[in-house]
Amino acid sequence: MKITEDEVRYVAELANLKLSDSEVQKFQADLDEILVHIDRLNDIDTSQVEPMSQVLYDAEETATLRPDRERPGLGTQLALANAPLAGAGYFKVPEVIKR
Amino acid sequence: MDIASLTIDAVREGLRARTFTSTELTIAALQFAREENRKTNAYLTFSEERALSGAKRVDETLARGADPGPLAGVPIAVKDVIVTKGLRTTCGSKLLANYIPPYDATAIERLEAAGGIILGKTNCDEFAMGSSTENSAFGPVRNPHAPDRVPGGSSGGSAAAVAQGTAVVALGSDTGGSIRQPASFCGVVGVTPTYGRVSRYGLTAFASSLDHIGPLGRSVRDAALLLQVIAGRDRLDSTSAEAPVPDYIAHLDGNIKGLKLGLPREYLKDLTSETGDLIARAVEKLKKLGCEVRDISLPATDYAVACYYVIATAEASSNLARYDGVRYTLRSAFSDSLSDMYRNTRGEGFGAECKRRIMLGTYVLSSGYYDAYYLKAQKVRALITRDFTNAFAEVDAIVAPVSPFPAFKIGEKVNDPIAMYLSDIYTITGDLAGIPCMSVPCGKTAEGLPVGMQILAKHFDEAKMFRLADAFERAGGACS
Repeated sequence: MKITEDEVRYVAELANLKLSDSEVQKFQADLDEILVHIDRLNDIDTSQVEPMSQVLYDAEETATLRPDRERPGLGTQLALANAPLAGAGYFKVPEVIKR
Repeated sequence: MDIASLTIDAVREGLRARTFTSTELTIAALQFAREENRKTNAYLTFSEERALSGAKRVDETLARGADPGPLAGVPIAVKDVIVTKGLRTTCGSKLLANYIPPYDATAIERLEAAGGIILGKTNCDEFAMGSSTENSAFGPVRNPHAPDRVPGGSSGGSAAAVAQGTAVVALGSDTGGSIRQPASFCGVVGVTPTYGRVSRYGLTAFASSLDHIGPLGRSVRDAALLLQVIAGRDRLDSTSAEAPVPDYIAHLDGNIKGLKLGLPREYLKDLTSETGDLIARAVEKLKKLGCEVRDISLPATDYAVACYYVIATAEASSNLARYDGVRYTLRSAFSDSLSDMYRNTRGEGFGAECKRRIMLGTYVLSSGYYDAYYLKAQKVRALITRDFTNAFAEVDAIVAPVSPFPAFKIGEKVNDPIAMYLSDIYTITGDLAGIPCMSVPCGKTAEGLPVGMQILAKHFDEAKMFRLADAFERAGGACS
């Protein structure tokens, strides 16, 4: 077995994801199956290979840096427009630190 | 006017000859789309007001005698993971059921600047995660060729709309096959351009190093015309490429004599079904058209699914962290603390497939596992890319299947997620390497289900890919 139910609960905590007991059971089985499949990555020799984090191709140098000029942002009103709870120009959230 | 079979050229000609105005066409197209949508659930939202004001601009431009643009008046559907200012964009998720984006994606700006008319937003798997559009929070899409079957996914709504004729062309997105596979299942053309060819600005991020926006159409020509408009460098996406965009239509000359095509044996060894027969017939047809076909090997293919589901889920777990109940519309009503609010909102908001992928991605990035999974997968990704580079030193393009099977029944595979992942084998390699690839209709099974043929080309060589696909299309596909 690659992953236990306790590990599933731990990973759910890391991911800020509330799972029901039946979801924990289901994901334990699913993740186990896919992790067993993923194990085949160990069968291929990559000792001489550089990791590829982005698509690489022969092309002219792409100018990824733009001039550092001031640009208008979205503005508070638009930025807050989809918030479930906002007020006084801020996102409102439940109490973080008890007074 | 037969709305369901319109082409971009027919729209242009109709407007020029004053057979119809852009407003008349838009009204008729919206009415047709609304009626037909009952059969498929392809559209989630119609944008009547925006479409009609766009049509009015086209009509006014024409009345002035000016050029209204290459997509003037063309009814277009847009996958609901691409943001549209002021127009609800759900990503197929309950989390964003009421999300109204404050800006337009670059691809949207460009197609509207070219005169294109957005009819509405199309259904998809939640955050583009899936191969059947069954993972949408707003109900599955039905395949126009067989209503008890899926249209493929995740761009199932866009593919179904084009197949059904409720849009002339559509935008989709592709991370592991989400344009090509539904195009194949619905019998339309679907194109995943080179990574960096089309700006991702405004494409809701799933796996940023793999995400693409691309066109779907009923012909290679229409798909190429749409790509022409949306392609090119955008300063708002630092990964968009400076490479010049050639005139794709100029390459559709039907001449593919002497083109060298590679047939990867790893893609065909397990293909015994009707799909395999159709691909074999397509290859014979391409030989008759003058192509030189040779067997090639892409040895790292067997590791592609494993590689993909590490990288894609790792990136997704990070990208989807933003849906935490603070900024994006949905918040759980039952939380006393901030951390509970995060957990409850995400637990209630995400569907099963998103949760599964967030869990896998978080696991492979968690402490102690990074080297064994993510770093290893990045190295295997380099090997998969090297296979293609080696192949393209010998051949002009690669021909392959899109999916091991045609459209399956709704509900048939929903309880076996791993089998669903494994069926992405032929499409994920193109995304991992970042090369252009597409599905072009090949033929139909005895049951009448469409099957697509995949064409893959080297980076930024969409023109050659289109030339081959167009010649194959003109010749009637595999079966004529």
